[in-house]
Amino acid sequence: MTSPVLSVKDLRVNFPSEAGSVSAVRGVDFDLYPGRTLGIVGESGSGKSVTSMSIMGLLPDYAKITGSVKFEGRELLGLSDKQMSEIRGNGIGMIFQDPLSALTPVFDIGSQLVEAIQAHRDVGKKQALKEATELLDLVGIPDPHLRLKSFPHEFSGGMRQRVVIAIAIANNPRVLIADEPTTALDVTIQAQILDVIKLAQRETGAATIMITHDMGVVAETADDVMVMYAGRPVERGDVDTIFSQPRMPYTVGLLGSTPRPDVSAEEPLTPIVGSPPVLVDLKQRCQFAPRCPVAQPACSDGEPPLIPLDDTSGHESACLRAPEIRDRKIGGDLMFKPPQLADDVMAGVPRDERPTTLEVRDLRKEFPLTKGALVKRRVGTVKAVDGLTFDIRKGECMAIVGESGCGKTTTLLEVMDLKPEHGAVVLNGKDAAGMSNSERRAARKDIQIVFQDPMSSLNPRLTVREVIAEPLNSLGFDGDVDARINELMGLVGLDSSQLDRFPSHFSGGQRQRIGLARALATNPSVLVLDEPVSALDVSIQAGVINLLEDLKRRLGLSYLFVAHDLSVVRHLSDRLAVMYKGKFVESGPTDEVFENPQADYTKKLLDAIPIPDPEAARRRRDPRPANASPISQK
Amino acid sequence: MTPSKDRNYFKQEPRGEITAHSEVATGDPFSPAEAEQVATLEQMPRGTSRYKLYLRRFFRNKLATIGLIILVFLMLAALFGGFFAKWDYTEPDFLALSEPPSPEHWFGTNDTGNDLYAQTIHGLGRSLTIAIVVSLATLVISAFVGSAAALWGGVAEKAVLAVIHFLLSIPTFLLIALVVADSGGDWKLLIVVLIVFGWMYQARVIWSLALTVREQDYVRAAGYMGVSKLRTIVRHVIPNIGSLLIIQFVFGVVGTVGSETALSFLGLGVKLPDVSLGTLLQGGTAAVQSSPWLFYFPAATLTLLTVSMAFIGDGLRDALDPNSNSGGKA
Repeated sequence: MTSPVLSVKDLRVNFPSEAGSVSAVRGVDFDLYPGRTLGIVGESGSGKSVTSMSIMGLLPDYAKITGSVKFEGRELLGLSDKQMSEIRGNGIGMIFQDPLSALTPVFDIGSQLVEAIQAHRDVGKKQALKEATELLDLVGIPDPHLRLKSFPHEFSGGMRQRVVIAIAIANNPRVLIADEPTTALDVTIQAQILDVIKLAQRETGAATIMITHDMGVVAETADDVMVMYAGRPVERGDVDTIFSQPRMPYTVGLLGSTPRPDVSAEEPLTPIVGSPPVLVDLKQRCQFAPRCPVAQPACSDGEPPLIPLDDTSGHESACLRAPEIRDRKIGGDLMFKPPQLADDVMAGVPRDERPTTLEVRDLRKEFPLTKGALVKRRVGTVKAVDGLTFDIRKGECMAIVGESGCGKTTTLLEVMDLKPEHGAVVLNGKDAAGMSNSERRAARKDIQIVFQDPMSSLNPRLTVREVIAEPLNSLGFDGDVDARINELMGLVGLDSSQLDRFPSHFSGGQRQRIGLARALATNPSVLVLDEPVSALDVSIQAGVINLLEDLKRRLGLSYLFVAHDLSVVRHLSDRLAVMYKGKFVESGPTDEVFENPQADYTKKLLDAIPIPDPEAARRRRDPRPANASPISQK
Repeated sequence: MTPSKDRNYFKQEPRGEITAHSEVATGDPFSPAEAEQVATLEQMPRGTSRYKLYLRRFFRNKLATIGLIILVFLMLAALFGGFFAKWDYTEPDFLALSEPPSPEHWFGTNDTGNDLYAQTIHGLGRSLTIAIVVSLATLVISAFVGSAAALWGGVAEKAVLAVIHFLLSIPTFLLIALVVADSGGDWKLLIVVLIVFGWMYQARVIWSLALTVREQDYVRAAGYMGVSKLRTIVRHVIPNIGSLLIIQFVFGVVGTVGSETALSFLGLGVKLPDVSLGTLLQGGTAAVQSSPWLFYFPAATLTLLTVSMAFIGDGLRDALDPNSNSGGKA
């Protein structure tokens, strides 16, 4: 076997904090071989990004790093910043998450590429420019010789990420580290960028570390997978083994809580109960034990090491009960029991007989394009929402999917404003256009919204009680407010003893539940959900999705649900509309659209979703020849 | 701080404030009580409350602590120092004209025989009263005007900003001097004038901060919950720029003491027989050669006051700013 190009041994990273020393990474070992891709998966705070940053020597000075990182036999830890600069961008290339901030806005991309080339190699300006053109061509930027003079703001996010990749591979690195390279991008762009990374890897023969939280991305790109939890690898093996025969309860849970875009979901998802531990003063025991449904007393006696399994070679697991786990089951039983959903109050009522709760007819929203400093002239119109018509019945979830900038959020805000400039919004049979101000205020009881970002949707200075009481007080509530608050807390699965705490004491998923309780306070018939789970980790997300499903069944709510994640949409929604440039290109029952898409855009969108199953991903990829990828083969 | 680049799907939690209560799903294998029990099995760091954290960070700054001690001492002196004075500040001792400090007159006397200790205590109190009242009032006005302009937007915002920019561009100090020149040294009028011409700059700063709060989802949610704009300002906008307001208040006090003493020094603010630190300084500079104590005692008091406030302001800014260097070391 060839020698590893990058070898990490017992890497540990500590950060100082007010609460004490935070152990962000606690013993990571891996060997990376040329041409292989190692996928590092884990939820936020599992230490995957810190691992990559410490390999690159990009951590701040106050971080305490121990262990060993050997690149082509040379120890990297302890090198000075200057010595590291010779390796960064030369031996090891890095692709960052946010393409918007990875490029300098004041230089054109040609100069930035030339700088990257000349920093490590003694070549002339002319030669460097020629290489830059070839690199841009390689990553699929059309007319590269013309685009060299373009500035980053003249490129879209996906194009910018291509430029970032071009810079990362400019000096034929031996190792390519991609840290969440597609998290900030739309799903169709994501598929293209993953292809470009694969191509770049093939051209340079580099070993790749793919860091992601998305099981689908791992399944599509990685050869080997390392699952991290609480700063430690808990399972490692090749991608097929990890997905088909996971031997660590955390991996099993992670896979169970990931919604599948390729199968219709009748079963609820299985969330992992609890939150990851705080990495301060950790006890010597399995860190997953408090969340593990099959934990035994022995699990609390010491941290189980990552040991190779006897029966499958190259597969390691840090679980005491690993030998008992087979086919995601332990002793023949499912490890994570799917939760029981409430009975659907609207079950058996056909759609035609259900009352219409929200009806939107020919909704339009236009923004004027103006020019001129003193006198603004109207030079054009942006049609953000261009004639939408749909209706939602009681107990039904209608999803609008589309990529960023297609007008989904504008649609939601227009509906929430209840004051459409063009078109009609009819809420429970009442046209919003004809409402007086007091009627509109009263109508707000019937329609409420849950926002995407759990950080900014709750005022950090109010206690949970005050947050939930706000709509009750302002829109009027006849009964006992305290009793209602307690009821709502129970409804969203939170404990009433936490009412006097502030939002900052809660995790993202809990905050989203509080936001849901606030939205449900006035007993609305329509709930507008603006990407309610996209900011959450997979295992937490599953719990919130189940809660939404449960509430819909129990209370007969109607959802207007906006998302870019098609797997979540497939799991939750009954009807689906695909939006593109302000218009619906296709709409219908969810399963029908997924299984038999009509519009080209829908097909493209569906084809781009990464499937969290390496076999299915390969089956789908194989008939897709290279010419389907955006890069023209030379 | 962990350099988390996962920002898009994970906003960093304030460190040390993470709960031991766990995510609880409906219908999961645990009841909420059981899940809680499981989650609290280990001794998770419960986290420090925000105010305790601020206090700890504030007192870690030595200069700020010293500033606070000095300020408390000065305030006590202004409140209770008068009880120890043997003379009233208006009562001249004709047997001791321009006397240096002595057991009878601790800080000495001036050329009309006024006891400088009594005058300094009174002047300190007068200056502090003016400073605190003016600073509080400008703070309230600017907070309301600034956040209202941000929240209402449109024409209202443009009009308010136009007024603010107009007022900012005129030389206010001169204007104040003109208005108070005829007042005969009434300190209450001085307060009013300082407030009227002192709120614009802060309002401009608060407006730009309120703009970022306006974009938060909870402000939007409040609108959709039928909460009135005024209530939104009081409940959602102002509390979230609170730390800035506290700092503005402290530095506002320093600034007001400065303008008040400057005006009084020029003979335009507080006038005899009433005294403020500025009036005393004016008298002191005239006699700095013959009776230097008349200058040094008020000057030292003024310096102590402004320096202590500046230290406190710096300390507060560091304590409230999560990105400052006053975090702990591992």
